[in-house]
Order: sequence, then structure tokens, then C-alpha cells
Amino acid sequence: MFKTWLQIFKRDLLIAFRRRSEIIHPLIFFVMVISLFPLAIGDDKVLLQKIAPAIIWVTALLATMLSLDNLFRSDFEDGSLEQMTLLKTPLSFLVTAKISAHWFITGLPLILITPLLATLLYLSSDTIMMLLLTLLLGTPTLSLIGAVGIALTVGLRQGGVILSLLILPLYIPVLIFATLALENTVQGFSAEAQLAMMLAVLVLAMTLSPFAIAAALKVSLN
Amino acid sequence: MDIKLLYHKFSSPPYFYRIAGLWLPYIMGLFVTLFIAGLYGGLIMAPTDYEQGEAYRIIYVHVPAAWMSLFIYMVMAITGAIGLIWRLKLAEIVSISSAPIGASFTFLTLVTGSFWGKPMWNTWWVWDARLTSELLLLFLYLGVIALYNAIEDKRTAARAVAILALVGVVNIPIIHYSVEWWNTLHQGPTITKFDTPSIHLSMLIPLLIMAVAFKLFYIGSLFMRVRTELLKREQKSRWVSELLKIKK
Repeated sequence: MFKTWLQIFKRDLLIAFRRRSEIIHPLIFFVMVISLFPLAIGDDKVLLQKIAPAIIWVTALLATMLSLDNLFRSDFEDGSLEQMTLLKTPLSFLVTAKISAHWFITGLPLILITPLLATLLYLSSDTIMMLLLTLLLGTPTLSLIGAVGIALTVGLRQGGVILSLLILPLYIPVLIFATLALENTVQGFSAEAQLAMMLAVLVLAMTLSPFAIAAALKVSLN
Repeated sequence: MDIKLLYHKFSSPPYFYRIAGLWLPYIMGLFVTLFIAGLYGGLIMAPTDYEQGEAYRIIYVHVPAAWMSLFIYMVMAITGAIGLIWRLKLAEIVSISSAPIGASFTFLTLVTGSFWGKPMWNTWWVWDARLTSELLLLFLYLGVIALYNAIEDKRTAARAVAILALVGVVNIPIIHYSVEWWNTLHQGPTITKFDTPSIHLSMLIPLLIMAVAFKLFYIGSLFMRVRTELLKREQKSRWVSELLKIKK
């Protein structure tokens, strides 16, 4: 069972490294959108410092959503997803391998590049640390919740727009807890409560969403 | 006749179509009666509020609509789950037919709420916890409707929508409390404190009448929608062609 999991995980990583553009495109999107804000607002250090956490978080949310598009698509189109449902290992377990691999190739680079962007938006090092922590706890949740949406829309031609309608409302709690944690840090308060909530939401998403994803994939494969 | 048999009978499309058609005039008649009674009680008989003046009277539309917006989402999710588990065609149709009605009630709640907010808080909209959760509920409804319309095969669509609605149900409390933590300005609930309600009986009774009237309106419009949807989906079956021949 775990062998199959690992095989799928490795396979997805391998495919991603052979098509590097899929890793890089969401990252470029992330960098470009964030650098649009100072251009639109003007080089106002105080204002940028104040809204930078929100900018980075909202953009990270959108970048995650966009990058999810190819999570199941190619497997759906070439039929390997159908083969996966026929395996003895439950599909709900196998999708976690795909999502983990996907997070490694899209979520992690996004977190790694954040300190650079945060510096461009004049954030202090304390806030940057907190930003990284919230992204580390938040982006896996975003991937897991987003995977439900993508599993529901994988067979559709105009899936992209509908996907955003489906999952953006579900992303709100993560966004709220993350930005509250950052606000507390900026003002010098403890952000432990928000981080604990983010962790709780992550655990909940890890335990429940695989079942929803598997069920949704089976409906889409119908 | 045992319950199981009744249940199977009631979930058969032709039987439901007939029974719903029989009940419909009574439900709608009762709705109109209660609606007029509730409006009369609320707008004319109930006393003026000492703090909010006459403006509070919008409570008689706002609060029942807000209750309905959540209630219908729960109905949608539960019937969706029933359809998902037992593949009951009628449950699927009830689930998806509820979505537009629920979205309308949510929209009504937001609109009446902003009409109430203007004289009370001197603003049409505030980013307050309850207003925001209600807005997000509207987004959840719109997502459900969009997904249903996007999938061509309607039985597949109903199952996809049921999964989405169930995911939404798990998320609604999280969304609600996260938003509550984020910001709150809305007045506390008026009715839920049953031991010491902070509303006078003369104001409460019309409110409850309105709540029942809104429920009846929901059932009535649900029946109409379900009947239309049944005819559309079963257009090739015998009972529909027989029905239409009789009417022709």
C-alpha cells in the first residue's frame, strides 16, 4: 500500500521535473502579480508594509489555485486515473500521494521565493518568519481543499472559472487566520492561537478531504 | 402499510408528481394566509421599538429569510447525501431544486439587511462577521448552481453537487467562526435565547408566523420546481406521455 503511494509520488515528481514549465509558471505568476502592487500603489513604504502580508497571501492563494489545474488533468485525459481507481489500494489514499507531490513542486517553491518578495515590500524579518510559517501551514490546506474542486471539475471544458467559484469561499478561513496571525506579529502580539487554528484546519483537511476528492473523481470519471 | 413501503412509494416520480400537485394549492393558500397575517401583525399590530423606532420592522422579512438561507443549505446537503448514498432520483432533484431558492433567500437576507443597516448603522454595508458569512453562503450557493449548470449529464451533475454541498457543510461552521473571530458588529441573536428572549411576545409572534410562512413558501416553490424537473428528466417515460395525453 505504501509502496504504491511512494511510486505515484515519485512518478508525479519525475513528470513534473521533465515538464519544468509547469513548476515555473505559477511561480512567475506569483512574482509578477506581487510586483504589480507597488507599481499600482506607488512606492509608499508605510502603506506597502501595512498591506504586504495581505497582498502576498491573496496572491499565494490565487497562484495555488491556478497551479492546481494540472493536478489530475493529464492523468484524467490519458486514462491513468481510471487505472488508479481499479487498484486494490483505496483511491482516497492514493490521491494524497498526488497532492503531496504537487505541493512539493508548486507550494514549496512559492514559500522559498517569498522572503525575497517580502523584502521588496519592506517587511521586517519577524514578519517574514511569520509569513513563512503561515504559508507552510496554509498552502497544504489550500492544495487539499482545492483538490476537491479540481476533482469535481476535471472533466469540464470551462473548468477554470467554475473552479474559482467553487473553492474561493472555502479558502476564506485559511486566509483569515493567516492574515490575523501576521497582523498580530506586526503589532507585537503572540500569534500562537491563529497558528494553532491553522494547524487544526490542516489536520481536518488532511483527514476529510481525501474522501471527498476520491468520491468527486469517481463522479467525474463516470 | 409500513413506513418503508410508504417511503418507496413517495420517492417514485409519478406518485410524487401527483401528490405534490394535489398538495400545492393548499400549501400556497396557507402560505398566503400566514404571510398576510404575519405582515399585518408585524407592520401594524406590533409596537414600535423604543430604540430602533419603526425601522426594526424589517426584522419580519430579514430574520426569517436568514433562517431559511441556512435551513435550505442543510436540506440541500442532506438530500444530496441521500441521493449520493441510495441513488434516489427524487432526493437528487430536491437537492438541486433547493439551490436557487436558497440563493434567493440569501440574497434577500443581504438586501434587507443592508436596508436595515442604513438607518441603524448609517451604512449600507459593513464587513461584519455575520454579514460576511451570509455573503460567503451566497457564494457557496452560486458555486453549487454553477457546477450543476456546467455538467451536461444531470445525474452526474447532481452527484457532483451533492459532494460540493457536503464539503460546504463541513466548512460552514469553520467559515462562520473564523469570520466571527475576524470582526463583529452585528447585534446578538434575538430569538435563540429561549429562557429569556430579548424580544417582546407581541413582536415575537408575528416573527414566528412569518418564519412558518417562509417555510411554506419554500416547500411550495420546491414542489413546483421538482415537478417541472421530473417532467423534464422523465420525458421519455410512460407516465409522462400518459399524463400529457390526458391533458391534451
